[in-house]
This record gives sequence, structure tokens and C-alpha cells, in this order.
Amino acid sequence: MQLEYFRLIDRIVTLDTAARTIQCEADVPTQSTIFDGHFPGMPLMPGVLLMETMAQASGWLILGLTNFAGMPLLAAFKEAKLRSFIAPGTALIVNASIHHQGSGFAVTHAEIRRGERLVCNAEITFRLMPFPNDAFLTNLKAVAASIGFPIEASADG
Amino acid sequence: MSATFDTVANIISETCDIPRDKIKPESHAINDLGIDSLDFLDIAFAIDKTFGIKMPLEQWTQEVNEGRATTEQYFVLQNLSQRIDELVAAKKA
Repeated sequence: MQLEYFRLIDRIVTLDTAARTIQCEADVPTQSTIFDGHFPGMPLMPGVLLMETMAQASGWLILGLTNFAGMPLLAAFKEAKLRSFIAPGTALIVNASIHHQGSGFAVTHAEIRRGERLVCNAEITFRLMPFPNDAFLTNLKAVAASIGFPIEASADG
Repeated sequence: MSATFDTVANIISETCDIPRDKIKPESHAINDLGIDSLDFLDIAFAIDKTFGIKMPLEQWTQEVNEGRATTEQYFVLQNLSQRIDELVAAKKA
């Protein structure tokens, strides 16, 4: 995880377009300026960043299923639960599945686990918006490749 | 009043916390009921799941933006209910 750059997914382990699921790995760094303030003397991974981590895994899944047809942008969290605290240096597993793929929107169920233990989970809604330009899409695909996104596994790719 | 309209009205009432008796077949979802785009996503999600369809919202939006349709055709509830019935029938065909 590069917390300051909001790059929270380190590796895509599996992207199953038939099952419409994704599994990712995300390693919380041992050092970050974020831990200086959250909290002094008791460093914890902020809950909002755990939520964003679930959203990013879901986003990669949607991009895979739509073959990069548009940018999934966060619209809503429902039933979000933060079940345990996460310290610096923790290895996380992030899972997401498609709950509904609508026209111009998608709903996922996502969770983060530390080993077998459930850390947090939520239902997340995304709007699918047009990419602002070709350069954005090119950069997005470069980021995808850097975390092991299987371009050939995209639903229409 | 159709069963589809009743189902849609109940979904809107529950999703947007609008009193059920204020939701009429002639109500415009946006202009009369004040439903915003985020709430409409929730409504679309519930309609899709309830009726087993995928409302073509992107196509409808494009038609409105290009002047080939009016918002009334899709967002007045009796018209929306008719579109839903058509989608359900098309799926069964």
C-alpha cells in the first residue's frame, strides 16, 4: 500500500470474470506519515482507508468485467462494518464480488480479512463514468499492469 | 393502477422516505418527488432486482440528452412502469 498516493491494492491474486469475483493483497506499511496523526502513540490504519481499499478492489473487478468501459466512481457504502483494528505492517486479503451490474452502475459486496479473520465488509455502489481522456485510460492500464491485473482475463478483452 | 406501479411506488417510498400516498402514477420522479441521482441509483437497483431486469438507464439518458426522448417518457411513474412491463415481457419472450 502507498497510503499517501491512495494506491491501496498491492497485487491482484485472482480475477474471475465467470464467478465475478476478485481477490487482492494489500500490505499495510510499517511507516507512514498518516500514522503520525492516526494516532500519536497508537498507530492504526484509518477506517476510511480500509473502506477505500475495499472500493479499489471492487473497482478493479468492475473494470475487468466491463473491459475498461468506464471509470467506476464511488457512490455509496451500505452496511459498512469495521470489525477489528489494523496495525502497521499487517498483511490484508481483499475480496469483492459483483452483487448487481446495472446500466451505468454496479453494486459489489467487499470484505477485508487478516488471515481468516474478517476485518471489515460493506456493500458498495459505483457509478460508471466516461474516462476523461485517452491519457487517463492509458495510465490506468499501466497501474493495472503494475499490480498484476490480467488484461487478457477481462470479460470482453 | 397497475401492480407494477404499486411495486415501484413502494420501492420509492421505502428508498427515499417519501410518504406512499404522495406517489402518484402521474408523478415525475425528479420534478415532483425530488429524487436525486444517487437515490435513483438505489431505486434502479431495487427495480432491477425485483423484476429481474436491467433498466437501460444509459440508453434512456442518451436519448434524453440528444433530444430523442423527454424525461417524462421515462421518469413519470406510469410511463416508467410501462417501460418496466415491456422489459419484463421482452425477457420472457
